[in-house]
Amino acid sequence: MTILQFFLWSLLKVIVVTVVMLMSVAYTVLLERKLVGRIQNRWGPSRVGPFGLLQPLVDGAKLFLKEDLVPSAVYRPLYLISPIIALGCALISIAVVPFGSPDVTGPGGFHFFQISDINIGLLFILGITSIGVYGIALSGWSSNNKYSLFGSLRSSAQLISYELALGLSLVGVVLRAGSLNLREIVESQGNHGLVSWNLFGGFQFVAFFIYLMAAYAETNRSPFDLPEAESELTAGYHTEYSSMKFAMFFMAEYANMITVGCVATLLFLGGWTSPFGSLIPLPQNILVQALLPIFWFVFKVFTFLFLYVWVRGTLPRFRYDQLMNFGWCYLMPLAILNIVATSLWLAYK
Amino acid sequence: MNSNYAQLLQQDVPLTWYLLLSAVLFCLGIVGFLIKRNLITVFMSIELMLNAVNLSFVTFAHQWHAVKGQIFVFFVMMVAAAEAAVGLAIIIAVFRARATLAVDRIDLMKL
Amino acid sequence: MHLILFIVFAGFCLAGAVNLLVQTHPINSALSLIVVMTSLAVLYLLLGAEFLAAAQVIVYAGAIMVLFTFVVMLLNAGREERTLGSRAALVVGFPAVVALLAVAATVILHTQGLGTAAMRDGITSTQELSAVLFTKLLLPFEVTSVLILIAILGSVALARSGEGERTPGE
Repeated sequence: MTILQFFLWSLLKVIVVTVVMLMSVAYTVLLERKLVGRIQNRWGPSRVGPFGLLQPLVDGAKLFLKEDLVPSAVYRPLYLISPIIALGCALISIAVVPFGSPDVTGPGGFHFFQISDINIGLLFILGITSIGVYGIALSGWSSNNKYSLFGSLRSSAQLISYELALGLSLVGVVLRAGSLNLREIVESQGNHGLVSWNLFGGFQFVAFFIYLMAAYAETNRSPFDLPEAESELTAGYHTEYSSMKFAMFFMAEYANMITVGCVATLLFLGGWTSPFGSLIPLPQNILVQALLPIFWFVFKVFTFLFLYVWVRGTLPRFRYDQLMNFGWCYLMPLAILNIVATSLWLAYK
Repeated sequence: MNSNYAQLLQQDVPLTWYLLLSAVLFCLGIVGFLIKRNLITVFMSIELMLNAVNLSFVTFAHQWHAVKGQIFVFFVMMVAAAEAAVGLAIIIAVFRARATLAVDRIDLMKL
Repeated sequence: MHLILFIVFAGFCLAGAVNLLVQTHPINSALSLIVVMTSLAVLYLLLGAEFLAAAQVIVYAGAIMVLFTFVVMLLNAGREERTLGSRAALVVGFPAVVALLAVAATVILHTQGLGTAAMRDGITSTQELSAVLFTKLLLPFEVTSVLILIAILGSVALARSGEGERTPGE
């Protein structure tokens, strides 16, 4: 495969994945609204299209056509750049996620279902998450509004505190897999179905639990969503944003949710492998062999998102000091204990 | 013309250029340390100097295929992180005492 | 390919460093420094140090610079002023630094035996790095972790003592 062909195929992959990602973000919003509605014993959006399925399109049009207000006293360069940083980082991190089986390859070993197969894939995602903090920190400060500043400072402090627990909870999985490459981590979970996934057979349930909670805090979602709670801070760091810039923050939050869900499925739930493992033999049709792993991956990410929205609709919000106390005094030591326990288990095996 | 550009694309980068970049960044850090009048910006110039040194370490690690060079960079990063944390806490304490961050007004021990 | 990537990202490094010096507001200097650090991460990747590139982004650009940005936002540091001190420093410091740069550049340009860097050179994997870090250099690793612990305790103590002074009658 020549460089030009490689470049064009990669461009196609990037376009397809970005479009699918953006559509998923829009429909995750709909999923959340309908699920939270059902939890609260009401329907959720149901008038636009069948079962409200056209709601995201209409919402997108509304946000696009709203008046774009820029207050006069904001610090313009940072005000304009923060939504770009937030959304950019949220979309970039999907580049290293393998969403299908690498057994179906193109000429020259070209991966169809992963944009970039790098050896430090997990660290890449952690790094992009760290950079994403700037979108929030700078937006609050540049808005020249005390509520925005409070919201963004609290949110950034929360993000960097829980990043620690997030990273540490993943070390157990990396120890078991012996690699930071996301594809190799999934492949190390074997092909024996449900029992060989890191969550069950790998005994990483404590790590999964920690990762779940750190992920809720990282994406500023309930029960850790104090920085953007409307009753507390008049929408926090995105108070002064309207129309497309607000839409970018909104999309960034849901894109982060999806990315975090993808990482959880890759590391704990076995990625693209089916839960039945080798009990059900794969049919010989190459199309089914290519599409079935993608279906399993999407299904697992969907269950993760369902869990996200379920928790949002059920649990009350943490107070800020409770939140920070929880992250530093409970999650981090627990994650370290998990690392020690996993290392001891692996050393004596 | 086409093959000239293609040859240009295939060229390797001599490590001298990396070392020169590192030296220039270090000297820019020194200039920043000397001419900036805000305490935080002076501290940032120090971080720039540390990064420049890291770059030359990695260059030499590449030259001698020595992993120890990269590990030393790792240690420099850790020390810089610790130093940044303590240094910024000191800056906050100075700001609490003097209510200013201008270097020219914090140059005496006496208030 | 390596050449183009080097020139682009070295350009970003130099532009960010010069912008750090030129800008008057500390938040702009902080953002320029973030650009420098991310470009340096790419340069480390070009030199085959993939773990260091990731560590540079996670630790430096993603944690240390966030700390700097916090302090700038919290202390509400305003724009700098041109004072007598800064003019004196420019007059004296600039030639001295140019002299230092000239000496360093002469030494570097006269060094023999430096190789080249190319895309085909191998990447140092994380396994190789950890094999040396956790066996031969274990003691410095442990000492560094104690150092970080001391730094945490120190900064918490410093941040706390400011508030402790203000509460009367304690």
